[in-house]
Order: sequence, then C-alpha cells, then structure tokens
Amino acid sequence: MPRTTTLPFPGLVSPDHRERPLRRLALGARRHAAAVAEALATPLVPADYLDVFAPLRPGAELRGRVVAVEPETADAATIVIRPGADWVGHVPGQYLRIGVDVDGVRQWRAYSLTHGPRADGCVSVTVKAVPDGAVSPYLVHRVRPGTLLHLEQATGEFVLPPSADKLLFVTAGSGITPVIGMLRNLFPVADSGVVRLPRSADRDIVVVHLAPSAPTSIFAADLAALDEAGAIHLVSRYDDTHGFFDVADLAELVPDLAERSTLACGPAGLLDALETHHETAGLPLSTERFRAAPVVAGEGGTLDFTRSTTTVESDGSTSILDAGESAGVLMPSGCRMGVCFGCVVPLREGAVRDLRNGELTTAVPGETPPTGVPIQTCISAAAGPCQIDL
Amino acid sequence: MTTITKKPINPTAHLTPEDVEQIGVELDAIRQDILDSRGEQDAAYIRKVVDVQRKLELGSRAVLLVSAFPPAFVLGTVGLSVSKILENMEIGHNVMHGQWDWMRDPKIHSTTWEWDNASTADGWKHSHNEIHHTYTNIVGKDNDLGYGIMRVDEDQRWYPFHLGQPLWNFINACFFEYGIAAYDLELGKNLKVPKEKRSEAFKNNARNTLAKIRKQATKDYVVHPLMSLPTGSFVPTLVANVTANVVRNLWTHSVIMCGHFPEGVETFEKTSIPDHETRGEWYVRQMLGSANISGSKAMHLMTGNLSHQIEHHLFPDLPSNRYAEVAPKVKALFDKYGLNYHEASLPAQVGSAWHKVVRLSLPNGWLATTNAKNLPGQLKLLSTMATGNRKVRRAAQARLEQLARRQSQVAKAA
Repeated sequence: MPRTTTLPFPGLVSPDHRERPLRRLALGARRHAAAVAEALATPLVPADYLDVFAPLRPGAELRGRVVAVEPETADAATIVIRPGADWVGHVPGQYLRIGVDVDGVRQWRAYSLTHGPRADGCVSVTVKAVPDGAVSPYLVHRVRPGTLLHLEQATGEFVLPPSADKLLFVTAGSGITPVIGMLRNLFPVADSGVVRLPRSADRDIVVVHLAPSAPTSIFAADLAALDEAGAIHLVSRYDDTHGFFDVADLAELVPDLAERSTLACGPAGLLDALETHHETAGLPLSTERFRAAPVVAGEGGTLDFTRSTTTVESDGSTSILDAGESAGVLMPSGCRMGVCFGCVVPLREGAVRDLRNGELTTAVPGETPPTGVPIQTCISAAAGPCQIDL
Repeated sequence: MTTITKKPINPTAHLTPEDVEQIGVELDAIRQDILDSRGEQDAAYIRKVVDVQRKLELGSRAVLLVSAFPPAFVLGTVGLSVSKILENMEIGHNVMHGQWDWMRDPKIHSTTWEWDNASTADGWKHSHNEIHHTYTNIVGKDNDLGYGIMRVDEDQRWYPFHLGQPLWNFINACFFEYGIAAYDLELGKNLKVPKEKRSEAFKNNARNTLAKIRKQATKDYVVHPLMSLPTGSFVPTLVANVTANVVRNLWTHSVIMCGHFPEGVETFEKTSIPDHETRGEWYVRQMLGSANISGSKAMHLMTGNLSHQIEHHLFPDLPSNRYAEVAPKVKALFDKYGLNYHEASLPAQVGSAWHKVVRLSLPNGWLATTNAKNLPGQLKLLSTMATGNRKVRRAAQARLEQLARRQSQVAKAA
C-alpha cells in the first residue's frame, strides 16, 4: 500500500500547490481575514463579539439551547437541548458535561446520554431532582426553554452497549460509581420510586458488587433499591461473610453468564483476573480502571492553586473542588461524584486522599511527571500541602 | 493634607481599640449580607453591561466607517468614548478585582480578563489590587498618591520643580492609560537601574506592556481607520479614536483623583501602621482614605461605581452594582462612630482635588497666605524660592510661616 501523509495545510505545502492557485489564494485570504479580525478586536477576540449575536454558530465554544423540559415524574424531567453547530454526535451511554448558570454561578454536571441519535438533531438528558442539590432541582423545576447552556462533546469509553440488553456489571469498592451513573440514568429514582422508562424496559441487568464488608454508602443503598424495584438483579459478595471472591465463581453466581455482556470497574487485580477469565471463555468485556498509590500523608493542608495565585486552607474531609470553588478559583467540574473525570487537574506536588476509600495519590517533583499527576478534585481532599496547576 | 498622626486633632483619637474592632465586625456583617444574597440578578446585571458595551462599541465603530459625514463622526465618537469608559470602569476594573469571579464564568473572570487599556491586566492587578488596595494612602507605600511624580503631602519637601505639577497632572490626565502602564512597571524606579542589572521580571513585564501598547495602537490608529478608507473616512476615524481615548483618559483620571485626592481625605504615615494591622484597623484606614462622588445612577455607572469609592475600598471584591445598596449602611456606621463620610458632587470633588494639586505645587502655606493685596510681594517671595538655593528657600519658608501665624492672629482678633 502506498504510504500516505496528511499535511497540515495541503493546499499550501503539497507538491501540487502550483496546480491549485485558487485554493491557495482562498486559504491565504482566510488567514489574512482572521488576522485582521483579531487586530480589530484586541484585547478581546472576534468570537467575543460574534457570541453576542450567534452563540450556537460553527466555531463557537460548544453551547446548547434548551428547547423543551418534559416532566417525567414529580421530581424528574427530560431536558431537550439543541446543541451548537459543532456538536459531533454521541454513542448511547456516553455522558455529556453541561455547564448551567444556577443563581448566577456556573455549575458543571455530567449526565449520561442513553438515547440514540434523535431525528430532530437534539440531545436529551433525564435528570432527577436531588433534594438540596444545586443543579438538578434547577434543571427539573426552574430551567425554561430558550436558556443557553454550556456543553462539552460527549465522552466516555465505558458505555452501555447499545445492542446488548442482557448485561452484567462487576463492581468492586469505589468501582461502583460509574455504574451507578449509568443505572441512575436508565432507571431514575423519583420520590414515587424507580421510574421505568420505555427506553430501558428491555434491559436485563445483573450487578455483582464486591466489597470487604457490607457497605453503608448511598451508592450501595441505590443498588439495593433498584434490586427491590426489580430494575436489576443484585448479587452482593462481602469478603467477611462470603470469603474472597474468585472469578471462577462468577458462572455459579450468574448462571446465564455466557449470554451477557460484562462491564467491570474496580482495582487492577480484579480486572486482570476478569480479563483472563473472559478471554478464555470468549466473552465480551469492557473495563474501567482506577489507580492507587499508597503513601503516608496527613489530614488536610494548604492548597496552592499556582496559576490562579490563590491559596486556601482545606481540611481532610472537604473536596479540593469545593475548597477551590469557595476560594473563587475557576475549577473545572462535572459529576462531582468521581465518575466523569471532568474535574481532573494536575497535582504538581503534595498528597491527596480519595474521599471514597481513603486511597492516597502523591506527586513528588523529580519522581512524578513534570506536568504533575492528574487528580480528580471532586473526590480528593488535601492530605498535606498541595500545589495544584490551575 | 498632613498625615493623620501629625494632625493637631487626630480624627480617630476618640475611637478605642474596641471601637475599631467593633467597626470591623459590623462592616464584615454588611459584607456578608451581600455575599449571602448575591445571585442570578447580579449575574444578569454584569452580562447586560457587557452586552450593551459590546453592541455600543460595534455600533459606534460601524457608524465611524462613514465618519467623513459629520453627524456620523459626532455620533461614532461619542458612542466610542462612552463604550471605552464603560469597558474600563464598570467592566474591566471591577472584573479584574474579582468582583464577578464567584460566577465561575471563564469569560468574566479576573484571571482571564484583558482590558482596552495600555496597561496589561497582570501589571494592573499587581499595582492596583495588591499595592494600592492594601496600602491605601500610606505615604511612601501607596504609589497611587501622586503616582510617584507629584507632591501630595505637606510633609514632602517642596522643590522648585513642583511648580510644574499642575501641568504634569494635566498631561498625565490626557495620556492617563500610558501613565498607568508606566506606573505599573514602576518605570521611574526601574529605569534608574543600569540596563544590564534590571530584573528579568521587569524586562518581561516591559516587553508585555510594549506588545500590548503596539496592539492597542494598531487597532485604534491603523486598522479601524483603514477600514474606513473606502468611504474616505480614514482621517475622521483616526481622529475619533484619538478623541475617544483622550476622553476616556480624562474621565478616568478625574474619577480616580476624586477617590483619594480631595481636600480632607486622610493620609497615613508609614511608621504609624502596625506590623500586623487588624481587620478593624485596615477598615478604618480605608474609611478615612477614600472619598465618594454623589450623583445620578448614570453617573455611578460611568464611574464604574467608583463614585462609591469608600464602599469599594472597604469591599473591593463585592459586585459593583451592590455598592449603592450598602452605602447608606456604611454611612450610618460613619455617623455612629463620629467619622467623616467624605462625599460631594463631581465638580466639587474634581475642584477640590485640583486645588490640592495646585496648593502643594507651591511652598507650604503660600496659597493660604496670599490675597489680592499682598500678591506682588508673595510672587516675589515665590520667585526667590524658585531660583534660590536651599538656604534661601528655608529662610523664605520661615517668613511664610510667620505670615500665616500673623494672619491667623488677626483673624482671631477680628
């Protein structure tokens, strides 16, 4: 096969440029026009002026306009959004980060897009109003058609297989969180109970959840509630009651294992074992890995946001995201539950503790990459003084 | 003006340390009220101002494309001047203070904002937010007092070159944006350092400032006029841009002079400030070191709400649209503690500030002792002082002081 190379400006530098003078001219003219527009707009950029009139135009930062709010139950609603011209589409199960101005404050949350491409070109998310929540009650009860939202392109590798109705989730410890994200979207839990949406009616889901002992987290409670409502079948295995889990036991716990697509999230040891097991058995598997680096560290500390020249004292139970936001730092954020990685920023130096399981992540200049160690600020608290590149 | 500690009657003498701390507590409570109620309406306000300013600027610039037509020239120049004032005052200055950071909108945030001014946002945030707002009116520490080029206090020794200070002040007003840029760079101090010994930080900042000035000048004085070339409006557009910048400079200079320069605003001695100034002490210094401008809503908007300079200095990071609301509470606090809430109309404050510039350009006591009758003698004395050596000046100064004493005795007797 002939080797092909993609050149950044084909019309300008490819050998046949002499044959395409018109194209070359057009490209040159466009670049000159852009330079003139920039010179006219400085110290702002041309987009700042265009945004006043056409916020959804091609080339604009990705935004969307709410076109409808369809109530699902008393406290859940589907928000239909017309995305800006540069929206590239999504795979069902991917999530969408949405920036909403609630009481004047920009808040970012991630919601899964479980529907397929819509005929009207819109996207929609189903939101359940969490009592005392900042964003969900606003989206369910207050947002009006016409409101402008900020969007990011849909992302997420760990997606619901669109065609497979028979699924198995294997989760261990905090690996439960991304699965909860998917399940919450398939089966919103309203005050009236679990909402059965037509789009998830045919899903047959088993969740095998592993933990050292019976957990008390809200996520585990969510799983139990979904199980009770018949939305999923939950199999809980606790090391202290059932003994250590062996992947070989899976076939016994899930008799129809061979018919299911498996999605697993948890520590590396479990995922490695599952991969070997499923490969041998010839079963489909997709996984999401969590990282860990245990080092001794303190409780709380000074957060130094180096680029924002802001420092703030934070205790060991406040997330870096909350601490930074209350100090006025522009913190990127998403799901605020450790799922979407929309809040990841580099930790240059210091140690942070995972609020879900106490796991430590450290950054030591010279040992860790010069660009820092990426951390999820929404589930990390300071475990000693930290320098954060933000 | 004399620093507060050297005054015969210190205006804070009646306050006990407990009073000072109580003032701090009460001001903190006023601030907290606003923080608690800050929300959607405030966000809508700043977005509206930004929206209006951008439309006004675009509209004015569009009209200037045909500015060879005189009404278009007038309309475009007025619009552009107002737009530039809004951009610098109500938007730029306040956004860079972090007044809108709580919205978490990266487009309206102190860390990302760049303003339509020769001074860079970074330079301004350092010299203004950090130095001026922390060391407000401390002689020798707050460079905003006279921008390092003027005599702003009786305690600064008078030299003949100070006679030119009204003229320099006027020139500085016309080219204020460049004055600020130079001042942010501490140009005077840094240029005294031999070229090879200048700090990397200074060289870097100077490069950034020059790059910004080049871009600003190219925009206003080259690219926009060129856009008007097809209608034969190059020169009128250029003139309109120059005018708008000068109008903005004169206006901002006047507003800023009103904030700290009028007669009666207090200054402080460097040595009188404790090493660890308490929150209450800092608040009291801000209360006495600032002056307000009274006027209409439009006036407040055009000054970027720096007409509420006292409130701004107490709470520099509160949204500017809320200063009007806290002003009555702050004023009541001044009354309660027997402090002088310095407020007057724009003409009165500008007049007062200029009076001080002129008064301090002359030897101490000269202006006060001069009247129509003794003018020739006084002028002769001034000319002696302006041309004589230090000894001559000292002797003449003593004569002035003697004259002042005599005049006050006569006044008392009468």
